[in-house]
Amino acid sequence: MTTRLRTEVAIIGGGLMGSWTAYFLRRRGLSVALIDKGEIGAQSSGVNFGNLRLQGRHPGQIPLALRADAVWDRIVEHLGEACEFERGGHLYLAFDEAQMAKLGHMAEDMFRCGVPVKLLGAAGLRARWPWLGAGVAGASWSARDATANPRLVTPAVARAARRLGAEILSGTRVSAFAKDGERFRLATDRDLEIESDALVNTAGAWGPQIATVFGESAPVFAAGPPQFVTEPLPYFIGPSVQAADGRVIFRQVRRGNVVVAGYPRGASDPVANRAPVDPARTLAAMQSLVEAVPRLAGTSVIRVWSGIEGYLPDMLPVIGVSRTTRGLLHAFGFCGHGFQLGPGVGLTLAELLVDGGTSIPLSDFDIGRFAGEVAHDERLSREFDSASLAATGWSAAGKATLP
Amino acid sequence: MAEARRVLIVGAGPAGVAAAAVLAAHRQRPFLIDEGHAPGGQVYRRASAPVALDIKALFGSQVGKYERLHATFAGLAGSVEHRPRTLAWAVHERAVHTLAEGKAEVHPYDALILATGATDRLLPVPGWTLPGAYALGGAQTLLKDQGCLIGRRVVFCGSSPLLHLVALQYQAAGGEVAAVVDTTTTGAKLAAAPVLAANGFATLLRGLSYMAALRCKGVRIHHGTRLVAIEGETHVTGLRFRDRRGNEHRVEADAVAIGFGLRAETQLAELGGARLRYDSVFRQWLPDVDADGRCAPGLYAAGDGCAIGGADAAEESGQLAAYAALADLGIAAPNARMARLRAHVARLRRFQRGLAKAFDWPHSWPMDMPDQVILCRCENVTLGEVRATLREDIPPADVNRAKAFTRCGMGRCQGRFCGLALGELMAAETGTAHERTGWLRAQAPVKPVPVSTAFPS
Ligand SMILES: Cc1cc2nc3c(=O)[nH]c(=O)nc-3n(C[C@H](O)[C@H](O)[C@H](O)COP(=O)(O)OP(=O)(O)OC[C@H]3O[C@@H](n4cnc5c(N)ncnc54)[C@H](O)[C@@H]3O)c2cc1C
Ligand SMILES: Cc1cc2nc3c(=O)[nH]c(=O)nc-3n(C[C@H](O)[C@H](O)[C@H](O)COP(=O)(O)OP(=O)(O)OC[C@H]3O[C@@H](n4cnc5c(N)ncnc54)[C@H](O)[C@@H]3O)c2cc1C
Repeated sequence: MTTRLRTEVAIIGGGLMGSWTAYFLRRRGLSVALIDKGEIGAQSSGVNFGNLRLQGRHPGQIPLALRADAVWDRIVEHLGEACEFERGGHLYLAFDEAQMAKLGHMAEDMFRCGVPVKLLGAAGLRARWPWLGAGVAGASWSARDATANPRLVTPAVARAARRLGAEILSGTRVSAFAKDGERFRLATDRDLEIESDALVNTAGAWGPQIATVFGESAPVFAAGPPQFVTEPLPYFIGPSVQAADGRVIFRQVRRGNVVVAGYPRGASDPVANRAPVDPARTLAAMQSLVEAVPRLAGTSVIRVWSGIEGYLPDMLPVIGVSRTTRGLLHAFGFCGHGFQLGPGVGLTLAELLVDGGTSIPLSDFDIGRFAGEVAHDERLSREFDSASLAATGWSAAGKATLP
Repeated sequence: MAEARRVLIVGAGPAGVAAAAVLAAHRQRPFLIDEGHAPGGQVYRRASAPVALDIKALFGSQVGKYERLHATFAGLAGSVEHRPRTLAWAVHERAVHTLAEGKAEVHPYDALILATGATDRLLPVPGWTLPGAYALGGAQTLLKDQGCLIGRRVVFCGSSPLLHLVALQYQAAGGEVAAVVDTTTTGAKLAAAPVLAANGFATLLRGLSYMAALRCKGVRIHHGTRLVAIEGETHVTGLRFRDRRGNEHRVEADAVAIGFGLRAETQLAELGGARLRYDSVFRQWLPDVDADGRCAPGLYAAGDGCAIGGADAAEESGQLAAYAALADLGIAAPNARMARLRAHVARLRRFQRGLAKAFDWPHSWPMDMPDQVILCRCENVTLGEVRATLREDIPPADVNRAKAFTRCGMGRCQGRFCGLALGELMAAETGTAHERTGWLRAQAPVKPVPVSTAFPS
């Protein structure tokens, strides 16, 4: 027997984007169903590194990021739990003058957008963080940047949404979509059909599958940065730290473990639902970690993982209204920096649906931008391995392989 | 001559050594990787130098098999590439990643035989993390490897055929056995007896002889007990348990060896592409293999790491896996011999399934244990914390989600010692089938790898 569910908004994808959207839509009084093929927050949103970084973001994204930041600030009020949210600050490390110069430009950009970033020389750095390795030439410091525990956040947001009356449907894959007249009709792999006035596509790396049904597309490829974690050690690090070229990214959680990531990102498989980590890459990132923090040489790595994240060639997500279908919104392909943006995206999508517009500039994230020639970010060649770039027409050697 | 095929074996217990012998006889030159300093695996473990042990006293009637394995291995010198003290920490894209003496290496393979064995299966009981409380197999390892005892007066408890054997070995080594507190009833053992007799009469008799020998030496054996607590403030001082009638007893002891059978080491198989299937008798997930041990292209599993089956089944399944690998590499394997091995392994495994009933895993126990008992000893997660997560709105649907929410199984041992109990707790508390709570997905490194590991760039 098939059950029919009628709701004002159906959200496909119970990651961070979908969950925050459900939460803010309920606060605006719309009925919502949040649907996930698996568990709530078990994909990218649940396995990410946990950085809530402002510095270094694309300037066009800062208004959205600051809006998100204001929600993070009041996370306990929103969710009833802190999910290990902490403003520990974020350091970008430069290992040479060229990197330091780049950080200088970035700091100027950030200043113009209202994010204060301080530049630190080697001496100042080591005075404050004496454990830094000798090779570090300087850094940029953003005291406002934060971290949180990704494993806890998304389920907590979904719980808060449910308390406000959202319908949460995990273990439910939306298998067919149609729009007849003004209504969206969704079929699922359970005996459940959903009918809604609006449809939100927050399906992460799977987002394009839904967009395609409605005649639009985005060249998403699935990849993930290798992550690993050490055994717990006495707490000493403090801020979240990232080599400017991404060779190593690390932070220490209060429990004592050092969580580490390192580029290049590797290919992941959204069909088989696998994100394997090449052990050789773990070893390389371990070496970079010891260069940055020699004192970690004596510790051990106990676990590695990665995730299935959707990336786009210009390293910007798709956020906004559909170009083809009234009532359809997209927010997917967050290119490895969506954890911080989550609440901003939820607030903004809720505004688009309830008010019909938003003050947040979204034109950089329009799904229509891929119609002509697709711009490739220079980071593609540096931060991804060739397997993950296979579908992009771009190679890890730095050249486009196709005209 | 055809290009040499790269055949790798992980594990130099009875399964791995038997596989190596078959491969060597067919002039393959297998790599045999083992963490230990010497071959032998868990059962035929050889003492670390300079410890000299009375092997006859330790191995009793099994001393012949012990000597045979080590003689077989000695005979392989020159035809097998033995890598002792080498950890296989990952399998990725048809290569095994190893770590030895601080150096990492990558070994691509055409065929990989995983003979990784098993570890103790444990259940959380009050006091099980106290100094002086050891896993049963660990207590035996200490004796075989170092000639040490875990205490002067030891109580052996749990549910395992090894319970009586290890107690006897302790006694022979000069330890005092305070009692054997067996949690399975005599009734369960009698019910399993026909299957045991039909599939391994001699082994059954041997098991019975262990019990008789213990009794003869005046050791109390309690059947059908429930463990209440391992007691002590800073160190074990005793064990409290209830007998079949519900009367409580206390045994004074300065050490406790506790075990509930074995759990297969399946992580490398999973990383190598094997699917796992649920086994409802052993209540654990095992590599899905064909009769010869094939589990993925170029990947084979044998011994306890494939199906808990004991030393003899390990040896013969190791031979089978080696023949299967040879056949898949295009080297003719002896069909009749393989058929005999298959039949025999199947029979030995039926015997073990009988044993799993005679020594039942009391899977519903975690549900009855108090909240403050630690479930995950690496991350210090209590039963109460997991229960609280299960009661949340949007509770974890499987053990991997429970791990994500509570850190249970996230520590150094990667859930080896809490994973099965976590699943049982979830199943019992939420009324779901155990199978549906899943298994903790394998992640490399299967054991910790030092950050300072050197590697060829
Ligand atoms: C290893 C890793 C580290 C990262 N580190 C950081 C970091 O430090 N800081 C940061 O800001 N960002 C980081 N990110 C990125 C960040 O995690 C993501 O951008 C963000 O979580 C994306 O959220 P999402 O909701 O769009 O996607 P997801 O969390 O992937 O959610 C999408 C959901 O849609 C569901 N779905 C898909 N198709 C269907 C369907 N047909 N029917 C029903 N459900 C469906 C999926 O099951 C999934 O749960 C990292 C990502 C990874 C993988
Ligand atoms: C602690 C313990 C004690 C036991 N004692 C007895 C006994 O006394 N009598 C009895 O009949 N049965 C005993 N058993 C049961 C025993 O497991 C089997 O009878 C038999 O040893 C199984 O043989 P196997 O070859 O499958 O595995 P094992 O003998 O367990 O050998 C597996 C080998 O693989 C190695 N290995 C595993 N993973 C890796 C890795 N990642 N990298 C490198 N090497 C690895 C291990 O070091 C080990 O040497 C014991 C089991 C355990 C766990």
